[in-house]
Amino acid sequence: MRIREKAFDVVFDIFIYLVMAFTLVITLYPFLNVLAISLNESVDTMRGGIHIIPRKFTLDNYREIFKYSNLTHAFLISVLRTVIGTLLSTVSTCMLAYALSRKEFIYRKFFTLVFVITMYVSGGLIPDYMNLRHLGLIGKFWVYILPGLINTYNMIIVRSFIDNLPYSLQESAKIDGANDFAIFRKIVMPLCKPVIATVALFVAVSQWNSWMDTYLYASSKPELSTLQYELMKVLTNTSAAQDASRIDPNSPLARRSFVSPQSIRMAITIVAAVPILVVYPFLQKYFVIGLTIGSVKE
Amino acid sequence: MNSQLELHRTVTTKSKISRHFRTLADQKYLLMMSVPFFIWVIIFRYLPLYGWTMAFQNYKPGKPIFEQEWVGLEHFKILFREQDFYIALRNTLAMSFLGITIGFVTPIVFALLLNEVRNMAFKKTVQTISYLPHFISWVIAASMITQMLSTDGGVVNDILMKVFGLERPVPFMSMPKAFWFIYIAADMWKEVGWYAIIHLAAITGVDQELYEAARVDGCGRLRKIWHVTLPGITPTLIVMLIMNIGWLMSVGFERQFLLGNHIVENYSRTIDLYALNYGISMARYSYGTAIGMFQSVVSIVLVIFANRLAKRIGSGQII
Repeated sequence: MRIREKAFDVVFDIFIYLVMAFTLVITLYPFLNVLAISLNESVDTMRGGIHIIPRKFTLDNYREIFKYSNLTHAFLISVLRTVIGTLLSTVSTCMLAYALSRKEFIYRKFFTLVFVITMYVSGGLIPDYMNLRHLGLIGKFWVYILPGLINTYNMIIVRSFIDNLPYSLQESAKIDGANDFAIFRKIVMPLCKPVIATVALFVAVSQWNSWMDTYLYASSKPELSTLQYELMKVLTNTSAAQDASRIDPNSPLARRSFVSPQSIRMAITIVAAVPILVVYPFLQKYFVIGLTIGSVKE
Repeated sequence: MNSQLELHRTVTTKSKISRHFRTLADQKYLLMMSVPFFIWVIIFRYLPLYGWTMAFQNYKPGKPIFEQEWVGLEHFKILFREQDFYIALRNTLAMSFLGITIGFVTPIVFALLLNEVRNMAFKKTVQTISYLPHFISWVIAASMITQMLSTDGGVVNDILMKVFGLERPVPFMSMPKAFWFIYIAADMWKEVGWYAIIHLAAITGVDQELYEAARVDGCGRLRKIWHVTLPGITPTLIVMLIMNIGWLMSVGFERQFLLGNHIVENYSRTIDLYALNYGISMARYSYGTAIGMFQSVVSIVLVIFANRLAKRIGSGQII
């Protein structure tokens, strides 16, 4: 009996480790593969067989994509919307969350309800578009920032966090004559650092990753294009790009200057993914904190 | 007597009003921190709801509202006669269904297995890496997935040809009937680790004494999972399952837009994508709004129903 149990345990462990190893491989392989292709000479890539190590190492693909000035510009717009959007969103979310966390606040219930309803009801694609057009935001940079200024879910996460802080701190500050804004800035915010980090990261990631607002509201303005949007265009134009690749790759001129759409696509993919990958290891713990606070309280 | 009562009443309402203003004055900082955002939510979230009126008009951009032609339910009638709409509805429901079944079970199984890993460092590593794809955009994910499944140099086809001896590569991305499964596979690749976080948190909350008791009763590991861990996280699971039913109509269009193409259109076009194509690309604003409105109404009904159900089962309210 005991021996059978032990044997089963070992088999079960092996099974689990195999599943986990499989998970690791299928998660990481695409990243490494795309990286390898982006670092491999583009004509050579078309022979196939590149896995995780480039066969003919080159940085030409990256040089090539940054030759197009619009991609450099798109990169800047992506950075700009991420920085400005994150700052404004985080500050707004925290202020609102603090006001709505105060039990004696006169509109606490009403405002909370008004915000929570928006989690379930929305105008939809076209009414939203029309509304932004009436507001004169179509084709403007602020269309990236203002419509998504506050995410109700993030606001609830911050509020739950504030609710869990001991209220006595705020009370004693009040007795000392501090006003509500001072309490918010000097007492509550410093204690909220972990949750602020969580929300700021949520917002930053979604700002960086967003392409749909560019597609819907700013596609006629090349100067507002973002990195993700450029990648989306390359991705959905693959069939058109394949026509372009029918240029004879064997002519000497082509061999020198030709960069295949595949290599371009992979290089842009890496450039668009790198900021996330850089931030990720340092800050992934905050995401988990945010997620568990949100799920416990909801 | 009567006038006295009247007087008393005005005094109380007056004092009520003055008390209200006094509270407002007391809370002026709280008001300054919230009223601007209240105005924001009205402008950006509630004003668009007014746009639903477009669904009952033949909306022409640039004309004031009272000059628009009202057509009643005409657009809805057209919608329910359109065959394309039913195809979009089928695709939406099919992909939602895969999401609720495969997309629901896979993270649970993953979390249960990960919880059995005894080497803590390895466990942490796997978990951390497993939710990495959650943070990259769908554009990047779609780009990577398309590359993995591609016919020239894609690793999946490489394996199929070299290991399983297939003679020619499978053109996954241009097989209409495969789209739903590519969709769910892509979704799982990106989100399994992320969804599993919640389950792992729930598993940590299971009473450790129960495991001890189970061990004394002679339960092996599998039976511990089945009789202790799984029942321990069932309340969370029920809430999540019911919530998913609420989102049945809301698969969106981002993934379908990025992974699909005109060859697989008949299987990739969801209601959102349908509304996008008709509403904005073809400038049929009223028709597009009608589609969106139909979807919203069904969604709201489903969410309310799901919420009621969750409450009745006693697993806590969602809203």
